[in-house]
Amino acid sequence: MVKKGTLKQILLITDGCSNKGEDPAATAALAYEQGIVVNVIGILDDDQTEQPEGLQEVEDIALSGGGVSQLVYKATLSQTVQTVTKQAMTQTLQGFVNLELKQILGSNETMDDLAPEKRGEIMEVVEDLGETCDLEVLVLIDTSASMNDKLPTVKEALIDLSISLNSRIGRNRFCIYSFPGKRKDIEKVYDWSPKLDSVSTVFPKLSSGGITPTGPAIREAMYQFSKKSLRRSLRKNDEQDIEEA
Amino acid sequence: MMNKISRKHDFLIKPGMKITGKWHNHTYVIKKKLGSGAIGTVYLCETKGSYAALKISDKSASMTTEVNVLKSLGKVQGNRLGPSLLDVDDWINPIGQKYTFYVMEYIKGEAVRPFIQQNGNEWIGVFMLQLLDDLEKLHKSGWVFGDLKLENLLITASPTRIRWIDVGGTTLIGRAIKEYTEFYDRGYWGLGSRRAEPSYDLFAFVMVILSIYYPHKFHRENPSQTTTTTTIFKKIDAIKTLTPYSICLKKAITGKYETSAQMKQAIQTVLYQAEKNHQEITNQKPFLMESVGILFVAGGYYFISLLL
Repeated sequence: MVKKGTLKQILLITDGCSNKGEDPAATAALAYEQGIVVNVIGILDDDQTEQPEGLQEVEDIALSGGGVSQLVYKATLSQTVQTVTKQAMTQTLQGFVNLELKQILGSNETMDDLAPEKRGEIMEVVEDLGETCDLEVLVLIDTSASMNDKLPTVKEALIDLSISLNSRIGRNRFCIYSFPGKRKDIEKVYDWSPKLDSVSTVFPKLSSGGITPTGPAIREAMYQFSKKSLRRSLRKNDEQDIEEA
Repeated sequence: MMNKISRKHDFLIKPGMKITGKWHNHTYVIKKKLGSGAIGTVYLCETKGSYAALKISDKSASMTTEVNVLKSLGKVQGNRLGPSLLDVDDWINPIGQKYTFYVMEYIKGEAVRPFIQQNGNEWIGVFMLQLLDDLEKLHKSGWVFGDLKLENLLITASPTRIRWIDVGGTTLIGRAIKEYTEFYDRGYWGLGSRRAEPSYDLFAFVMVILSIYYPHKFHRENPSQTTTTTTIFKKIDAIKTLTPYSICLKKAITGKYETSAQMKQAIQTVLYQAEKNHQEITNQKPFLMESVGILFVAGGYYFISLLL
């Protein structure tokens, strides 16, 4: 039987390209190696078309971070934050189940290669895990100048995310960091806590600066997860397996 | 393929196209698109001379979850809690990409708002009772509907009955609601959690009734409990047709009913009361007559629909 574990996610919310420090896709890959999935939400300005070139980075970071990415306009941010988080949970758990399957079936079969009937039974297990597993989400918010008018929406979306995730059976822990920090790469906004409802009081503290050191920020974020459990969290899934499907 | 949530459904499925399943080899001829949502697109199709609805998507996991729901609803059925499931399969498109689809009973009906506009407000009472009946059955079998919204409801003919068509949000009681729409979601209004419990559906139920009269919906100004309650209460009060039910509707908004049966009982009492008053005050002013008459007819319709 699959042991219950804690899923770890970084949720990066940004509206543009990194311009300082190492490649964020590389640090995301590093985090993924440590069992932390990196999800990215790129917020578009209302007059932007859906595929601005600068935001290609959003997809790249999530790809190497084993997570989910999505470009979105302000209006639908709340729902997207939740879908992305839940989708990434399912994806991680599915990857885990796929690994188990491979061990049992001894082949390269993944869930998607099974007949629909079998798939249904396995999906029940995945759903069950998603409902009961513990989850740690580190929210990493880009606070460079252009994000200023988006921050109130981000705040609402995060409160909403906490409502949704706390309706699950499993436990949650959230924390919020912003980047760039005053002296460091990231700045703690909100310490690890099971809920985000008191976030309203801390949000105005966010200050906007000019540079966007996304790569170093992800690296720092990685160290904010409880260290002893880093490598012992749910085994990371193998992106290759899923791609083959 | 799994890394993005909404890789565009750019596979072109056009009327006349044939879709053949990889595992069960059944062929479906696409007739027209019926609608699309967060998970996939639904088409009207023809198979072995009869119509069916086919839902197709590249999100295999979510589709599998929906199929699981349809299957377990099918087991408790005997009655129509959801469309019946006919087939589940995969489809490989001409350039080798894989999609999951399932085929279900095609429910032909009319949207709720136009139906009420054409056939009169007396139907509101009927539909409320029918819907609460179905919700009660669903809850008793361990599920909560979740994404209850006007777009997910249809009025079928002979007998006239309200039915739900999309079970994508249906969630086991006690778990986190799988899918929801802001306007109908009590979490959005700051009036409760997103844990699947009967009162979650009853909140959405009231918002469904309101959305019949507010085609453009309305929004929360700020998410604090008192202001959102006031907003919703005002919207209920502003609709004359809903006046007799307003106490029941408001109780559901604030989570006072634990089961649909309780709420149904309350609404039935309103209808009975109206009938009684109708007999007593036949000489009253005409406008009062009218509203009482509406309730009377509604009660009548509902009892007929129970007999059918």
